[in-house]
Amino acid sequence: MLVYLLRRLAVALCVCVAVSALSFGLMFVVGDPAVAIAGAGGSARDAEAIRHAYGFDRPYVVQYLGWVGHVLRGDFGQSIYFNMPVTEIVRARLPVTAILGGVSFTLALVVAVPLGIVAARKPGGLTDRLALLLAVTGQAVPSFWLGLMAIVVFGVWHGLVPTSGADTWQGYILPVVVLAYSAMPAMMRITRSGMIEVLGTDYIRSAEAKGLPTWQVIVGHALRNAILPLVSLAALQLGVLLSGSIVIESVFALNGLGRLAWESLLRADLPVVQAVILILSLVYVVLTTAADLVNAWLDPRIRGVR
Amino acid sequence: MTLLDLQDLHVAIPTERGLLRAVRGVDLRLAAGETLCLVGESGCGKSLTAMTLMGLGPKTAQTRSGRFTLLGQEMAGRGRAAWKTLRGRGLSMIFQDPMTSLNPTLTVGRQLTEGVIHTEGLTRRAAEARAIALLERVGIARAGQRLGQYPHQFSGGQRQRLMIAMALMSEPKFLIADEPTTALDVTIQAQILSLLAGLQRDLGLGLLLITHDLGVVAAIADRVAVMYAGRIVEEGSASRIFRRPAHPYTAGLMAAIPVPGRTPRGTPLPAIPGRVPGLIEPIAGCAFCERCARGETLCAARPPSDVALPDGRVECHFPAVEIVQ
Repeated sequence: MLVYLLRRLAVALCVCVAVSALSFGLMFVVGDPAVAIAGAGGSARDAEAIRHAYGFDRPYVVQYLGWVGHVLRGDFGQSIYFNMPVTEIVRARLPVTAILGGVSFTLALVVAVPLGIVAARKPGGLTDRLALLLAVTGQAVPSFWLGLMAIVVFGVWHGLVPTSGADTWQGYILPVVVLAYSAMPAMMRITRSGMIEVLGTDYIRSAEAKGLPTWQVIVGHALRNAILPLVSLAALQLGVLLSGSIVIESVFALNGLGRLAWESLLRADLPVVQAVILILSLVYVVLTTAADLVNAWLDPRIRGVR
Repeated sequence: MTLLDLQDLHVAIPTERGLLRAVRGVDLRLAAGETLCLVGESGCGKSLTAMTLMGLGPKTAQTRSGRFTLLGQEMAGRGRAAWKTLRGRGLSMIFQDPMTSLNPTLTVGRQLTEGVIHTEGLTRRAAEARAIALLERVGIARAGQRLGQYPHQFSGGQRQRLMIAMALMSEPKFLIADEPTTALDVTIQAQILSLLAGLQRDLGLGLLLITHDLGVVAAIADRVAVMYAGRIVEEGSASRIFRRPAHPYTAGLMAAIPVPGRTPRGTPLPAIPGRVPGLIEPIAGCAFCERCARGETLCAARPPSDVALPDGRVECHFPAVEIVQ
């Protein structure tokens, strides 16, 4: 297990380095950052002065290492648009997305796994068909439309929840439900197909032959094997949810990371874009590594037990 | 004590082409401490019969029977749920493929002990003590340490030993073994069989052994039931069936066993011509009729009735005469 853990962490570290280099390089791919900062009215001499002031004339490697050093200390530089530290801007937006993503993910998982299990017990049965209908609807209906409809019905007509903003916790209800509904179907279906496959195996028959009660066969024997593919998928889904849904955040007027990234792209506020990309990439690295470790914990063959 | 008294078991499975009548009126009896071998070629319904006895047949199967007494309980007409009071409580089973019959993600110790912890309310420690004793009995060394290992750390033969130990954890009276050696190397097969025979004798198990390997049968059976196309066509003592088979199908099976020294080299082994009939269409007469050397008009028209033998019965219009008094 220790060898496996160290190997996974080493891989994760390599990915971190590659990702940071790529997000650093973004600065230069888009165009000359000095010209961008100087703005439309800036002269060539202004750009030259900025280039020197910001250190853009130093070798790339030196610049990269300097940037990494700052990032490691939590300093992503200054936002060009807001003219304030990027870290502060991100820190203000991050909780909104984290709450939205985290709660949506939990809700989606809590619905998807039991529903997948129940559906798998009788494929083609009534529950299975209803679950499938729910899943297909979730996958087919665009979330912006669902979000707008939810606002109209529950916010405008019935006045049960605020129509926008995240000033109170009630403001999160609709976006969480809508976002969870978009994430649930894939997880439900992978649980269902995994369960159907596992429930047909010989070792489930052996467990039944021992006289174990049904719930113990399903939870103790089947689920552990069936959720192996779910773990990897769930990690990616959580990544997607934590990167902030531009659509949901726009529809519900939530100031999260998704909207920040989108708006900063439009404003060519590259330090912010750079920071958001790096943070989200690191979130993915952490999640996929965590998924691998969870699977290794579940399955001794993955963690290399000999 | 009679462990099993089963009469006229029918199992049909719905398929796309129609209802497959896989088991068509099987009678089986097994007394405590007795070894009964159920033999027959692949697809004759012997595994399905075993699974039905275990309450683990396909969920879609349509089952009906006459008397069906299993460990003193009447099971006729009862659903799969009724077997919950029997499995792991006197009734156990060993399956065909030990490579796939153990859960790959759980330790062997957990898989051995969880059954009795549930059914008998044993403590983990007591269950582990029993598991260690059984693992040593089935020939797994350093049993205490190996409880913490996973199935993939055991070889195929060892895994079948684990399966045997697992089936014996609940101290069953009735053990069903469905082709327990088919998936193993020939050298391992003999070891597993002699282990099984020894355990049967020592523990006084009623053993229903399903196999298509007649060598196995000769080694450990008290009685033999020969199954063909969903029916038991002959039943009798192992010693008599090998020497004087009464049913032409049994005779064909026996003739196909090569005997070292007696079977001439270089000549093809005798085989039964033709194929097993499809079981979707109803069979009017004897199911073996088309492949039988003695097949006559009567055979195709009317199902044969039971002919009693001193040690059992045979289902044939023209059984081998010399043993029918």
